Amino acid sequence: MLKISNLHAGIDGTEILKGIDLEIKAGEVHAIMGPNGSGKSTLSSVVAGREDYEVTQGHIDFEGEDLMDLAPEERAHKGVFLSFQYPIEIPGVTVTNFLKTSINETRKAQGLEPMPANVMLKKMREKMSLLEMDKGFLSRSLNEGFSGGEKKRNEIFQMAMLEPKLAILDETDSGLDIDALRIVANGVNKLKNKNNAVLLITHYQRLLDYIVPDFVHVLYKGKIVKSGDKNLALELEERGYDWIKEEQPA
Amino acid sequence: MEALKDKLESSFIVFENELDDDAKKPVHKIRQQAFKHFEKAGFPTKKDEEWKYTNLKPILKNDFRILNKSENAIDFKDVKRFFLSDVDSYKLVFIDGVFSSWLSETTHDKFDICTLSSMLNRYEDVTKKYFNKALPQAETMASINTAFAREGAFIRIKKNQTVDKPVQVVFFTTAHDYDIMTQPRNLVVVEENAEVKIVERHQSLSEKAVLTNTATEIFAEKNSRLFYYKVQNDNMEASMIDSTSVKQAEGSNVRVGTFSFGNRFIRNNLNFFLEGEHTESHMDGITVIDEGQFVDHHTLADHQKPNCESHELYKGIYDGNSSGVFNGKVMVHPHAQKTNAFQQNNNILLTDKASIDTKPQLEIYADDVQCSHGCTIGQLNEDAMFYMQARGIPEKEAKALLLYAFANDGLRNVAIPELRKKLNKQIATKLNVDLDFEL
Repeated sequence: MLKISNLHAGIDGTEILKGIDLEIKAGEVHAIMGPNGSGKSTLSSVVAGREDYEVTQGHIDFEGEDLMDLAPEERAHKGVFLSFQYPIEIPGVTVTNFLKTSINETRKAQGLEPMPANVMLKKMREKMSLLEMDKGFLSRSLNEGFSGGEKKRNEIFQMAMLEPKLAILDETDSGLDIDALRIVANGVNKLKNKNNAVLLITHYQRLLDYIVPDFVHVLYKGKIVKSGDKNLALELEERGYDWIKEEQPA
Repeated sequence: MEALKDKLESSFIVFENELDDDAKKPVHKIRQQAFKHFEKAGFPTKKDEEWKYTNLKPILKNDFRILNKSENAIDFKDVKRFFLSDVDSYKLVFIDGVFSSWLSETTHDKFDICTLSSMLNRYEDVTKKYFNKALPQAETMASINTAFAREGAFIRIKKNQTVDKPVQVVFFTTAHDYDIMTQPRNLVVVEENAEVKIVERHQSLSEKAVLTNTATEIFAEKNSRLFYYKVQNDNMEASMIDSTSVKQAEGSNVRVGTFSFGNRFIRNNLNFFLEGEHTESHMDGITVIDEGQFVDHHTLADHQKPNCESHELYKGIYDGNSSGVFNGKVMVHPHAQKTNAFQQNNNILLTDKASIDTKPQLEIYADDVQCSHGCTIGQLNEDAMFYMQARGIPEKEAKALLLYAFANDGLRNVAIPELRKKLNKQIATKLNVDLDFEL
């Protein structure tokens, strides 16, 4: 589904990603872990198409198509979803209106008619109950005055509504208490199927107790320095990142 | 400018002759004094502090006709779109300065919703008590209006009356053969504990240059409530200078909303005089303009008595080479303790060529007051743009949605739902988007 090869990217002339290779197939859950500043969030931004980052080498293919020349919205229309580490507050636009625009613009790009209001409402209710959200939520301004946990839940709610092929969850566990974490993880697991894929980006192993990855990669100084299965995450939890750093050539 | 001044001088003589016996009425003394003031002061120039950022010269160079006689008939169906048509309302409609009884719906029943000319004829006491008592005498453009004041809206809501439906005041100009300057004059008196909602609009139906030099005086008496909305969405040949002054007595609550999307040039002088305790004043403004347009908001909140509050929120979106001015003056007199004055002016410039001069001007002579002011000038929030695009919303729609949301604050307080809807639509049109919902 997603094939990243020899990806080099940076911002303002500073190279942050220094040759990333990663392949994610449908039905898989991957986790990228790493210490702060290793380039985790840069990777998610580059895949989603943030223009501030400059790709200097390499490719990102999504379902056999080169993503590099596509605008962020075009990537979204193809089924790439990024759950933000810090969701943006947009005063004056309600959750409902935002989602309505998001869904119908995506449908338009896919050559589909707008979703009928009653169908959308039903779907919203369904997904909200999955994420144990209060329905008063829909009429609030997007992320404005939301707690950290509410913002993250709102991200997963949007993901549930948009049903992407590839969901990149950037530090979705940060700012969540244990109950919220369980609800969010449960939501992601329920949405997971053999046709879609999840890329978890996380500093801690905690989230991986709930969303169990098929593969775990360690990102360090802009490169994937180690890959393994879920046991690698447990090892990192136990031993920290220092041994990884030490294994690297100076 | 000199040519127009000469023309106004000769027109004033013709005007006096036309008035005949009416020139003996007390109101005409006021006109003559006002005209004298203009003759002495001349048009404002950029040397005047209040006109520093605003150049009137290009606006005044046309060969305007001052006194209009023609009343071209208008079919309602041709101008329906300039009204709130899906709501029952009183209407005062003027065509080229002349009242159109055909298009209007007036009343003298529980309140007077009629014309200034009939007020001047019928109620000498009203003239004496109110006419030209609110406008600052130093404002030259208002003086010109006063000198030629003959027609416009007269709205007087008697004690304890709440007007059952909004009042629409619409001025059309129709001259196809020459440029014209008009002087619409409105007087609004809301008596004790009365309430009314008013919408004012000026619309040119021709392709010739129009200069609307309008003035409105508002008297809000004890515990009265007034909602007054100005829709400024005229065509690109139309310029407007609006002088509006509000005098508020104890416990009154007045809101003036100014929505500027059209016209080539707009200057708003909006003055609030808080003359009684426990008054509340609200000024909302939304400006959305682009290539070739200019809008200037000059406001004053004059706190003369203790325990009053004024709230001012002006938002502007400037595209193309458009430019704007915001000058918000707050004056707190020595004994006006416990004043609460709030002022905010937020602007988004969409291009490098767009500009805004914004200036808060606070003069506070009392010590126990809360005054806050703030202004921002910015571009679109890039993080928000990326967030929306990453959710599949294309750049153009994302931009519009953000601008919409930005401007929305000023719409929230529009107390006539049909007007709010219409303004929503006008903003969407102006931003060139078709969103399938209202904010």
